[in-house]
Amino acid sequence: MQLSEHRYNTVSSIAGPLLFVQGVMQARIGEVVRIQSPEGKVLDGEVLEINGDTVMLEVYGITQGLDIKGTSVVFTDSVKRAPLSRDMIGRVFNGAFKPIDGLPPLFPETWAPVTGYPINPSARARPVEFIETGVSVIDGLNTLVKGQKLPVFSCSGLPSKEVVAAILRNARIMGREASSQERDRIRQAGDFVVVFAALGLTFYEYAFYETVLREMRSGFVAFVNMADEPVMERLLTPRFALTAAEYLAFERGMDVLVIITDMTNYCDALREVSTAREELPGRRGYPGYMYSDLASLYERAGRIRQQKGSVTMLPVVTMPEDDITHPIPDLTGYITEGQIVLSRSLHQKGIFPPVDVLPSLSRLMQRGIGKGHTREDHRAVSNLLYKYYAKGRDLRRLEAIVGRDGMTDKDKQMLDFADSFEGEFVHQGGARRSVFETLDIGLDILKRFKLEE
Amino acid sequence: MTGRITGISGPTVSADAAGLKLYERVFVGHAMLTGEVVRIEKNRSVIQVYENTRGLAVSEPVEGTGTPLTVRLGPGILSGIFDGLQRPLQTLRDESGPFIKTAKALNPLDFSRQWAFHRLIKEGDTLHPGDIIGYVREGPFQHTILCPPHVQGKLSWVADKDIRLDSPVGALEDGTEIPGYHDWPVRVRRPFRKKRSPSERLVTGQRVIDFLFPIARGGTAIMPGGFGTGKTILDQSIAKFADVDIVVYVGCGERGNEIAELIEEFELLKDPWTNRTLMERTILCVNTSNMPVAAREASIYTAVSMAEYYRDMGLHVLMLADSISRWAEALREISSSLEELPGEEGYPTYLASRLSGFLERAGVVESGGGKAGSLSMILSVSPPGGDFTEPVTQSCLRTSGAFLMLDTALAHRRHFPAINWFQSFSLYGSELLEQEREMVPLEWEEARSRCKDILQKEEGLREVAEIVGVEGLQDPDRLLMHVAETIRLRFLSQNAYTEDAFSAPERTLSIIRGILDFYDEASKRLKEGIPLEELLTGKGLRGEGIER
Repeated sequence: MQLSEHRYNTVSSIAGPLLFVQGVMQARIGEVVRIQSPEGKVLDGEVLEINGDTVMLEVYGITQGLDIKGTSVVFTDSVKRAPLSRDMIGRVFNGAFKPIDGLPPLFPETWAPVTGYPINPSARARPVEFIETGVSVIDGLNTLVKGQKLPVFSCSGLPSKEVVAAILRNARIMGREASSQERDRIRQAGDFVVVFAALGLTFYEYAFYETVLREMRSGFVAFVNMADEPVMERLLTPRFALTAAEYLAFERGMDVLVIITDMTNYCDALREVSTAREELPGRRGYPGYMYSDLASLYERAGRIRQQKGSVTMLPVVTMPEDDITHPIPDLTGYITEGQIVLSRSLHQKGIFPPVDVLPSLSRLMQRGIGKGHTREDHRAVSNLLYKYYAKGRDLRRLEAIVGRDGMTDKDKQMLDFADSFEGEFVHQGGARRSVFETLDIGLDILKRFKLEE
Repeated sequence: MTGRITGISGPTVSADAAGLKLYERVFVGHAMLTGEVVRIEKNRSVIQVYENTRGLAVSEPVEGTGTPLTVRLGPGILSGIFDGLQRPLQTLRDESGPFIKTAKALNPLDFSRQWAFHRLIKEGDTLHPGDIIGYVREGPFQHTILCPPHVQGKLSWVADKDIRLDSPVGALEDGTEIPGYHDWPVRVRRPFRKKRSPSERLVTGQRVIDFLFPIARGGTAIMPGGFGTGKTILDQSIAKFADVDIVVYVGCGERGNEIAELIEEFELLKDPWTNRTLMERTILCVNTSNMPVAAREASIYTAVSMAEYYRDMGLHVLMLADSISRWAEALREISSSLEELPGEEGYPTYLASRLSGFLERAGVVESGGGKAGSLSMILSVSPPGGDFTEPVTQSCLRTSGAFLMLDTALAHRRHFPAINWFQSFSLYGSELLEQEREMVPLEWEEARSRCKDILQKEEGLREVAEIVGVEGLQDPDRLLMHVAETIRLRFLSQNAYTEDAFSAPERTLSIIRGILDFYDEASKRLKEGIPLEELLTGKGLRGEGIER
């Protein structure tokens, strides 16, 4: 809806990604603007703040080459919207929702504002349906359910993309008591779709993901903002991706898995804009509103009562300095329903996926496992594995002090259990395991060490 | 008073409207967004807007209402699910679908519903604000209809059977009609005749709280914990099992899925004290993390006003807020958009005074109607990075009566509730568990200090055991370690997903008594020369199975 467009040549200052325009009448917060550089280059932007007739704009794109005299700004009188259609599936877009796969542009069936609307809490359905990721340590001990947001906390140098790839290749939605035939039918019907948002990825990383996406049997939509592409677009990319995901889920009834990688790049972009706006910095320079901003993304996961479709989210967060108390993983953990934490020491032992079970958690697991969801003994097996592994890990510290010879037989057994747990249960290489196989492996280890109660 | 928008920055709008009052409620823009005046300059008013300002344009109108931000109080609040501005979320869902797209004001009370009214006064009586006119039955409670503030005079008539809220319940001789509900400014505490010191216990059903760190009815407790320490589960357990009449649960800037879970569960689960569904005694006030930030700031005031209203009927009300840190962050966000000078970590310097002002709305009071009710508060705190030295935890500490510190290390060991027994404290006294004395003879104060002592000693012994191994310890020390472990695993931890999620006071006391009796007995036997191994397996004891 473009009621009226106004063009202004009254740019008063430019600071990094921000542009100030004077004498503007009736600007709106969030209004889309088009900025034309002296050379005729056109950039998109958005109104961030209005003070009288002075308007602060955020420019999506590179502001190099803009000046005060020759730059003009067009106010479009509409807020940022995303063009949506089922034909998005199978397509690759850039961070500004322009196709980059060489295929023709998309014909939208509808448009929706990119910031989305909050789901009315009383309209949410509680997430209970099990998603089989094929990864033992997730399915067995940190179960993912439809509508959940479960981030992967990684450290630089750890194979987070391989972990995500394993999930992408193997994830299956298992309805209540769904037989394997039924499950295949669900998949073939194309009701399961992956929305992939790449934020600040290097070409090397992206090429890896692209191969994985193309090999998948289910459909995907990709939104790609590369490491050398405009930082400001990084704030928009996940919003486009989530708007697309919500459309496919709640208008088209699909089960959507949203992968966003890497949220750390997103938060750094947020900090960049915040400092350019000369806002008071919070912890580590990140803005004080980062919690609310992250929540406006993560909280878009969910299910709706009496409606088909779901948005499940798997964001990847690389913890700066391997520090889980850093504001990015910290605030993420406060919003998401658990976390899958990768560990450097497991990775060094050659264990894949190198998931550290102790700090990992799935808050929604309890409702999605057991009879009618997975298997009756799931809860018991998972609790025992966790308990003994935690004990074994504790004992490793003792072993480092007194040496193995100084320990009781029971303690030695517990140490061996921890090794077997890591080597057989956590480690699975590239293989896919059904949840039943996962539970059987767990039971087998428990029985071997005669630890089961 | 009307004016026009001159500037917009995040949730803060400035307008050229003069003559507005501080904290007056205003409608902003064509979309009629609700806002509150937070600062007045000569020709400019600064307004905090409670809705998303996206799409708002300068020069759109701003209209004053002449009244401050209020909640509507009357029958029908109970079992309701409201947002931070008391908009009924279920009605909103039925009218405009699963997403919150509009800022439309909705009546929080159902005006078309019939209520059977029993009057307690008659024509000719003189009425003062706060006097009881009569009552209706709301679920299991007598919901008293009070004379609204600012209404005073001789009664000319009063309804005597069914009422609907859209018509008055009575009228004064001067013609003033008396509605069955009234609007109350959220930031003003409701008046009472007298405040009493909290002295009655509040059973939470959590052994570690009820036994080690008891909370009194009318008291306050804070519960800080990093993520994954089980704050929400504990909050919800308390909401389910606490022996109060009414629970007001505030989901303040937290997860939507958790609220969905809570609603579905509360519709099914029974209150252990009355055997009615939990929803019948619950009021939810929900502003999830993705809902507008400024409304999050208002939500705790909206909720506490509703809680006070029921307290005034002589009921015991418990308000749970998850989490007060999100409220403080909203306050910080608003403060920074007002360009106020920041205090510690960017929080405004009035954080502590606002918090203590809020916490003081808890208490045991005699209302104007002469009834004694209580309002207790349990607030969870989400300290960044799990660091308890941060300003919100520290400000809460100064005014709250109990400090229940949730410990990441305990949570990693899957010890829930992960309340650290060394650093938590409660200022409420020992008389709180006296009622069970007759059923379970136990000196509470003594048992409590013994229990703490055992745990303290275990901590010291554990360091030794790390080096020499458990086998290297003396037998009495090994016995103590065994007892401490029993206390930790069998007594202090409770699984929220089993029957043990709720522990009645007599059960709490008999478990700890069993453990302490075992310790006494085993210590005696040990001195008599019975080997430790036999004692630990229970063989060497005389009495039958003291330990559960």
